[in-house]
Amino acid sequence: MVLNQASLKRDGVQDYVSIRATATVLGLYVLFILGFFLVTPEVTYEIWQGLFAQLWMKIFTLLALISVAIHARIGLWQVVTDYIKSSRIRAVVQFLVSVVAFGYVAAGLFVLWGV
Amino acid sequence: MKKQRPVNLDLTTISLPASAKASILHRVTGVAMFIALILVVWAWAVSLSSAEGFELVKSVLTSHFAKFLAWGTITVLLYHVIGGIRHMLMDLGYWEELSSGNTSARVAIGLWIVLAVLAGGWLWF
Repeated sequence: MVLNQASLKRDGVQDYVSIRATATVLGLYVLFILGFFLVTPEVTYEIWQGLFAQLWMKIFTLLALISVAIHARIGLWQVVTDYIKSSRIRAVVQFLVSVVAFGYVAAGLFVLWGV
Repeated sequence: MKKQRPVNLDLTTISLPASAKASILHRVTGVAMFIALILVVWAWAVSLSSAEGFELVKSVLTSHFAKFLAWGTITVLLYHVIGGIRHMLMDLGYWEELSSGNTSARVAIGLWIVLAVLAGGWLWF
């Protein structure tokens, strides 16, 4: 049995389901935000801040950001394994992707905390 | 085991079918969005920090360069969403044949161009 080091502790089925589940969350979030901007005649600070002050919107936004992190980690893994042949450079790129993805979630957490 | 087989990956000599263009666009827009999110998260964080921060983001977004970046971000997002919906429909068994796959790819790209123009009009006018 060959141990696939590239997919350490992950498997194809899990990636397949994760990328689609997170895509569904992100699609709904994008539709919601787009709808908000289209429906609101003029987005003022009060309306904008009021939207993100609500608990359900904080949950929805945090869920979307965590989905971004999972979705991007899988998606960019798919891309870099195709185009970056050097495993050393690929490891560095994947490390940076993970750090940035974590950064988005962390930034979101602190911003939502303060609203 | 390494197989000796002819490989032709000189993209300039390959005529890409619509489905291949849809596929590469999905990848390019995905990578672009991950980078563009730095700007989006920045603008979002500053706009929610205070009324002054909100006004700052608003004033930044009046310049053509910032509008172009915003348009680019919205445009790549639109393609990725359209391409993603196409992928999920293909998971359900639709458009899996050569001709229907290419047709759906053409429709996806066409729809994207229309929405990209509309997004541009919305941002600038």
